[in-house]
Amino acid sequence: MLKVTDLHVYYGGIHAIKGISLSVKEGQIVSLIGANGAGKSTCLNTICNLVNNSKGKISFLDRDITSAPPHKIVKLGVAQVPEGRKVFPQMTVAENLDMGAYVRKDKSGVRHDMGKVYKLFPRLLERKNQLAGTLSGGEQQMLAIGRGLMAKPRILLLDEPSMGLAPLLVREIFSIIREINSLGTTILLVEQNANMALSIANYAYVLETGRIVLEGEAKVLAADEKVKAAYLGG
Amino acid sequence: MQPVFGFALFAVFVALIVVLARNKKRFPANPISSFFFGFIIVLLAIGAANYFMVAISANRLYFWQQTIYGVSLGSVYALIALGYTMVYGIVRLINFAHGEIYMIGAYAGFFGVTSLGFPFYFALIFAMLTAALAGVIVERIAYKPLRKAPRLAVLITAIGMSLLLQNVGQKIFGSIPRSFPRQFTGLYRIGEINLDQSRVIVFAVTFLLMVALQYFVTFTKPGKAMRAVSQDRDAAQMVGVNVDRTISLTFFVGSLLAGAAGILVAIVFPQIRPTMGLMPGLKAFVAAVIGGIGIIPGAVLGGLIIGVSENLVTAYISSSWRDAIAFGLLILILLVKPSGILGRNTREKV
Ligand SMILES: Nc1ncnc2c1ncn2[C@@H]1O[C@H](COP(=O)(O)OP(=O)(O)OP(=O)(O)O)[C@@H](O)[C@H]1O
Ligand SMILES: [Mg+2]
Repeated sequence: MLKVTDLHVYYGGIHAIKGISLSVKEGQIVSLIGANGAGKSTCLNTICNLVNNSKGKISFLDRDITSAPPHKIVKLGVAQVPEGRKVFPQMTVAENLDMGAYVRKDKSGVRHDMGKVYKLFPRLLERKNQLAGTLSGGEQQMLAIGRGLMAKPRILLLDEPSMGLAPLLVREIFSIIREINSLGTTILLVEQNANMALSIANYAYVLETGRIVLEGEAKVLAADEKVKAAYLGG
Repeated sequence: MQPVFGFALFAVFVALIVVLARNKKRFPANPISSFFFGFIIVLLAIGAANYFMVAISANRLYFWQQTIYGVSLGSVYALIALGYTMVYGIVRLINFAHGEIYMIGAYAGFFGVTSLGFPFYFALIFAMLTAALAGVIVERIAYKPLRKAPRLAVLITAIGMSLLLQNVGQKIFGSIPRSFPRQFTGLYRIGEINLDQSRVIVFAVTFLLMVALQYFVTFTKPGKAMRAVSQDRDAAQMVGVNVDRTISLTFFVGSLLAGAAGILVAIVFPQIRPTMGLMPGLKAFVAAVIGGIGIIPGAVLGGLIIGVSENLVTAYISSSWRDAIAFGLLILILLVKPSGILGRNTREKV
């Protein structure tokens, strides 16, 4: 469904991604794990064409989207839940969700999906009219995920959804990710929390300073000695 | 003698307040000095207030008339300030060519009324659309190619654009002022106050435009996209907002309002000239900063404050203070609250 081939990304003189290839099959959860600065966020941003200087090929549903403008990519069904949430701080929770559905024209479908998001995150319903900037970090994360879902994406790119959350909330968020996936949305999940990520993913890639050093079935990777040593805390 | 005295008292009073506001932590520490300062401030306040009360009560109707005229003038500043603030909110650029867009609006209105023989309200719409077109063209040719350039480069381009438009204006329209045909010469009577019809019309039209803008920004999809881009450009792109188009739209709407301001000012002060954008442009920029740049209600508030103080200063002190008051207010308000009256007190985030 999503296919990245031989991708290079440069920030000025820095060669941040040095030729990676990956693919995500429809219906799967694919995880991209790696240490700080490995290039995970860069990879997601490049898929959405938010980065200027890149080489390589990206295709989605067999269409070349390498140089499609960002808003067209969203229209095709790729939504990103960015690192650090990036909710619209001066808009209410409801307005943020509404913005998520910006590219959609089917009003009744949007209303229906808004109901679904509120069912997934009852906390957001309680705070519907609160300004997003005043939400707690965990609530902002829920809102960011909800906003991503409102685009009714075919694939959802999640960038470190567990960052800065209490362990209990992390578990809740991950079970919600699984639920979203079981409802038919394909997921590409970037994570530092390799343990959790590998536990829900079908397939995973390990990224190290801009290169993929390991890939395979999530279960296999979770059992791999090297991965255990480097990412799973022994 | 007396006016200067009252004004001086008032200035010392304000200066002391500023000093106190800046030194919140130190003054209350010493009860004797804070009592002393408090005493002086109260004396000054009574002195200044006394002067103003005497001046105002001598002719109350005149005071109200001048205040209402101030609101009318201020609403025009607000209209121009909105363009500055919206553009700043979305691209963090102070569009110095905005005053010239206002000038273009005034000339479009002039030719609409004279050469084309439009009725006034038709000419108003014509002026708005012409200015909006000019604003979008300026954005396309001068700012869009610099989207990724350092901010200073864009700022200098904006100043260059302003000078260029002034000079092109002089070439095309000639540097001799033209007089806008008199419109709305009647008088309105509210209670016992006489008001020029033209000033009332200016206020009414401005008010309607602001209501329309508020509706546009709050409820329509392109309006929401504008807010989204100004709050977080990356996130706006991630939900599928076409950022380039939204930026153009912002220039369009801001220039629409400046064009309206141009023709509206011309019905009160009927002299139009190619350099007319300079002063109102600067003052409207000051209004936007006073209110808190990037914040839409702030621009309206700043415009009204400047308009009213300008008119009252002209009426009670001297017209030579008229242009100084806006900049004086700017310095005072920024000393007390650097982010502007409605500005959020945060460090600038880039
Ligand atoms: N805008 C930028 N300008 C310059 N360098 C950048 C920029 N964004 C990222 N980089 C660099 O690219 C490399 C990869 O960054 P990236 O944000 O993709 O890492 P990451 O894997 O997401 O890390 P983390 O887990 O900390 O979020 C880093 O070395 C970073 O410093
Ligand atoms: Mg990252």
